[in-house]
Amino acid sequence: MRQSYIMPGFRPTLGFTLFYLGLVVLIPLSTLVFTSLQLNWAQYLAIITHDRVMASFRVSFVTALLASCVASVFGFIIAWVLVRYPFPGKRVLDALIDLPFALPTAVAGIVLATLYQPSGIIGKLLMDSFGVQVAYKPLGIVVALIFISLPFVVRTVEPVLQEFDSSMEEAASSLGASRLQVFVSIIFPNIFPALLTGFALAFARGVGEYGSVIFIAGNLPYVSEIVPLMIITKLEQYDIPGATAIALTMLVISFFLLLVINLLQHWVRKRSGQL
Amino acid sequence: MSILLSNISKNFGKFSALNHIDLEIPEGELVALLGPSGCGKTTLLRIIAGLEQADEGRVLLSGVDKTEQHVSSRGIGFVFQHYALFRHMTVFDNVAFGLRVKPKKDRPSEPEIAKKVHALLELVQLDWLHDRFPDQLSGGQRQRIALARALAVEPSVLLLDEPFGALDASVRKDLRQWLRSLHHELNVTSIFVTHDQEEAMEVASQVVVLNHGRIEQQGAPSDIYDHPANAFVSRFIGQTNIFTLEQHDAQWLQTSGLQIAEDQHGKVAHVRPHDIDIQKAVDGSTAQAVLKDWQHLGALIRIELVKDSPDDSGATVFAEMPNEQFKQLRLNKGDKVSLRIRNAHWFH
Repeated sequence: MRQSYIMPGFRPTLGFTLFYLGLVVLIPLSTLVFTSLQLNWAQYLAIITHDRVMASFRVSFVTALLASCVASVFGFIIAWVLVRYPFPGKRVLDALIDLPFALPTAVAGIVLATLYQPSGIIGKLLMDSFGVQVAYKPLGIVVALIFISLPFVVRTVEPVLQEFDSSMEEAASSLGASRLQVFVSIIFPNIFPALLTGFALAFARGVGEYGSVIFIAGNLPYVSEIVPLMIITKLEQYDIPGATAIALTMLVISFFLLLVINLLQHWVRKRSGQL
Repeated sequence: MSILLSNISKNFGKFSALNHIDLEIPEGELVALLGPSGCGKTTLLRIIAGLEQADEGRVLLSGVDKTEQHVSSRGIGFVFQHYALFRHMTVFDNVAFGLRVKPKKDRPSEPEIAKKVHALLELVQLDWLHDRFPDQLSGGQRQRIALARALAVEPSVLLLDEPFGALDASVRKDLRQWLRSLHHELNVTSIFVTHDQEEAMEVASQVVVLNHGRIEQQGAPSDIYDHPANAFVSRFIGQTNIFTLEQHDAQWLQTSGLQIAEDQHGKVAHVRPHDIDIQKAVDGSTAQAVLKDWQHLGALIRIELVKDSPDDSGATVFAEMPNEQFKQLRLNKGDKVSLRIRNAHWFH
């Protein structure tokens, strides 16, 4: 049975989609798979389970997770302020949010490293008052990733918050709900799917981020070495199968995590009748 | 619970939405706030609810000053024009919400909540939908759920903002009747906002007519219809023919049987269509109008007449009469008719 649409063109657009996906995504990714197929299972396991590689996986995923959690909280607050309240300079602030998108990540990394190193303005303050060193530690990676991933959260939450029907809040309030109850049981559940999307984007970006991190991380093996740097190191040693093995593993883990987040999102929507 | 508003004013920037409103609503009434859009009726309702703060004036519920109180502690039920149901909750959870957010010491147990919610859903005849989500309901169903949700906390005042505004005509008619009988059953003081005069007349026991942030008239529907306080109310409630008392009109009105006293010169006469009788003209001398067209309004016929005077631009006059009576007159388009005005209201 053929369905009729107002806008025709299902076949050409689907064809284009598949062509584009193939050219830009699938061919490069399958090359990755094929290259790593040069290794046998034992060799592959040996590369992946090497202590230094395992450590870098831990650093990458843990820092990305922490950073996207922090970015989610603050991104939500920023989106809230931007949507809910009028204030002078709002447009400027709104434009500032997108800056990490536009800034070359290396610039961001250098600036952050300069500020947060023990002799830097913020770094010195933190060192003197709390004894905390940020730059050249895993904490530095988290700071860089928060900087990079914040706009993802803000920009995904903002439109949903904008569209949120505030009469729902008024209704809840008229039924006797306190402000906290209104937020927890009315506003948050409606924003949560969007927040989860923002979190997933922030996390995915954080796991793959290279440019800004290497300047602030210190890149100490076993401590603050991230997976992308591991891959570059292998490449510089012309160990291409080794690099692809790590890359492939990272790809699989990331894909799996994003899939889990997507399923979670689907479940949330379904449970709240939005599907 | 009685409602007393004293000297309420509200401005939005330079626009004065409400201008020194004084209003008293006795307990148990079903009141309509009626007025054209932008007259301030919704703002007034929101001020009573506490969703909006008045710039000036006091709100008293049962004699207790609630002006400074937050909406959540005023004990009111509010029904929104677009329902404002919680779309991430089932119908059951929507209705239960008001009970579940109560502080622990006042909160009923879950079985009690369930019993009460099902009773309310039965009251609005929608218990079979209790596990659906709002997006899966029709407009009329949503509005009834919104009402059940507002009633769950046993409000002392029920406030409804254009409750039937977003519904289609047949559903609206049913719901009006239903709201009336529900009010009869529960007897909770209720105020609803509407711009539809027919709806106000049909549902309310008291009508408050608002215009430009002022109360034009307050009274029982029949009072307002039969004795409009001013030209605005007369024009806004029901159809009316307006005659300005210029020379020819005065003459024309006098031949139509209207008494014009000296001091009424310069005034305006408002005549309801059903206060005009028409008769087939016996000869040209008694005729004042020509039959132009007519429309069926169910039991009534609306008749369009054109004034038959040589120097007049031919203003249209509307008359109404029962179907049967009109048939007996055996009139055709273009026939000359004579008319008799039985009653008129005079305004400046």
